[in-house]
Amino acid sequence: MTIIADPVPELVDGGPGRFDFLRRALFGRPATIVAVVIIAAFVVVAALAPILAPYDPLTQSMLRINKSPSWENWLGTDQFGRDVLSRMIYGSRNSLLFGLISPFLAAIFGTTLGVIAGYFGGVVDRIISRVIDLLLAFPELLLAIMIAAVLGGGFWNVIVVITVAFIPGFARVARAQTLSVKQDPYVEAAIAIGVRTPVIIFRHIIPNIMAPIIVLMMLWVASAIRLEASLSFLGIGTQPPNPSWGNIIRDGLNNLFGSPWPIIGAGAAITLVVLAFNLVGDAVRDALDPSTV
Amino acid sequence: MARYLLLRLLDAIPTVFLVLLLVFIAMRILPGDPAIAALGDMATAEQLQLFREKMGLNAPLWMQFFSFVWGVLTLNMGTSMMSNQSVVGLVLYNLPYTIELTLVAMVMGVAAGVPLGVLAATHRNKLPDSGVRLFSLIGYAVPDFYLGALLLIVFALNLHWFPINGGGEGFVDRMYHVFLPALTLALVKAAFIGRLTRTSLLEVLSKDYIRTARAKGAKENRVIYRHGLRNALLPLTTGMGLSLLATLSGSVAIELVFNRPGIGKLLIGAIAERDYAVIQGGVVVFAMFVVVINLLMDLLYIVVDPRIRVNS
Repeated sequence: MTIIADPVPELVDGGPGRFDFLRRALFGRPATIVAVVIIAAFVVVAALAPILAPYDPLTQSMLRINKSPSWENWLGTDQFGRDVLSRMIYGSRNSLLFGLISPFLAAIFGTTLGVIAGYFGGVVDRIISRVIDLLLAFPELLLAIMIAAVLGGGFWNVIVVITVAFIPGFARVARAQTLSVKQDPYVEAAIAIGVRTPVIIFRHIIPNIMAPIIVLMMLWVASAIRLEASLSFLGIGTQPPNPSWGNIIRDGLNNLFGSPWPIIGAGAAITLVVLAFNLVGDAVRDALDPSTV
Repeated sequence: MARYLLLRLLDAIPTVFLVLLLVFIAMRILPGDPAIAALGDMATAEQLQLFREKMGLNAPLWMQFFSFVWGVLTLNMGTSMMSNQSVVGLVLYNLPYTIELTLVAMVMGVAAGVPLGVLAATHRNKLPDSGVRLFSLIGYAVPDFYLGALLLIVFALNLHWFPINGGGEGFVDRMYHVFLPALTLALVKAAFIGRLTRTSLLEVLSKDYIRTARAKGAKENRVIYRHGLRNALLPLTTGMGLSLLATLSGSVAIELVFNRPGIGKLLIGAIAERDYAVIQGGVVVFAMFVVVINLLMDLLYIVVDPRIRVNS
């Protein structure tokens, strides 16, 4: 009977692991390798910001405002005399942090909602599905702006805003996947022999719906970075004087006649990182589902 | 078809209600005390009390919700604390600028995106295809407000071809003012529409009836546009609905970049000034935009896909 009680056999050592597709995806194409290298470079810069940044990102100096790029200040200085490159280096911490944390949190909450709706069905499903369908009608950016309008900016609020904006997408995927996995013989067998519901959900449902959730997470890292930048640009994200790529552009726009370099530099950084994460996300998706190529 | 229309319209009513409920929950319950949110931590107890009294925040929640919905339906959403103008008046003043920006951007984006997609699909894996794919790759990555700021620096600040800010007076001047902001949003949109057109046209072009059309000797142009593009329109319509909403959300930042009036600028300004009634009004307007655009897109399906008409 012990064999029946555990209908999913352990994976044989040395065989293809569940997440082997990740490794194949990341190092499959030259463009993706370049993207991975770019991401790695930004991660190193963010991690070593205090060592790499030539100046303190918050130190103001009235003696050297609006400087053009030079050997002392590679990207010049802003209207407060702060070194733009140092601000960008410290700003990368915010972008990457929000970019990685929010999709992860959204995946946890969204998957929970989706699995509950898909597994239990009935009234619970109808309520969750209706709200999710409604929220899915909103573009993430608009949803984020609307929530941020109510909550205001700041570190934790930005995490909440971006996470909430992503939850409906994860919930929809998790619900659809749960509905399909629930029909599989091993789940029916588990229900039939009386395995407790939490065990079925955590042992049989969730491991089998993880792959598309992980793909979605990878795809949305780029969106999260863009969202944080947009919110900070609008003044409802990372609050000054803390640097973020979005509010560096905001400051730059208020100082258009002073120096265009903060805008040019920070915008290029956002574009490059988002491009790299998009490429990686696409590669992971293609590896999982060859039909989309 | 009349039944389908009616059902779809009826379905929009609970949606509007649910949207208002969510906005209400977000505004009243999530952030804690709106009086403190509006007046700040330094406000005295009397000030807070006065504010609650004025905004009707002392009533039970269900009554507050009822008067909120009633206010939206009767277009009476309070007055701005900053300018003392009615919220509806502020919205009505700013709305045309946002609609104008979104529509011009939409037209420009579709006009550029669809031909790009057709070009890529008909030259699959050749140079034009690679070019279009690179364009959409960058278009997906570049933030619209960054692109807008670059266009502003180059074409308005340095070349003086376009005005730096404002909405303009009279039709010609307004089109002149809207051009650069709309171009910004249109470039991003063209990347999306181009990729979408390419994908759906490629899928249609692999169908049997396309082979039949070619076999009976139809001209290539006729095959592409009459048999191909027409059938690729349905997924494109869905995409355009999404893209219209994306442009609307992008308009918020773009209005800020080009310093033009609009709902986005109104909302962002209200957030900075903690102008509670205006924030609420702006959020409701955006929510209604989403409901209405989704409704219009569903109705557009009927026009684009006759099968829906027959089946319902």
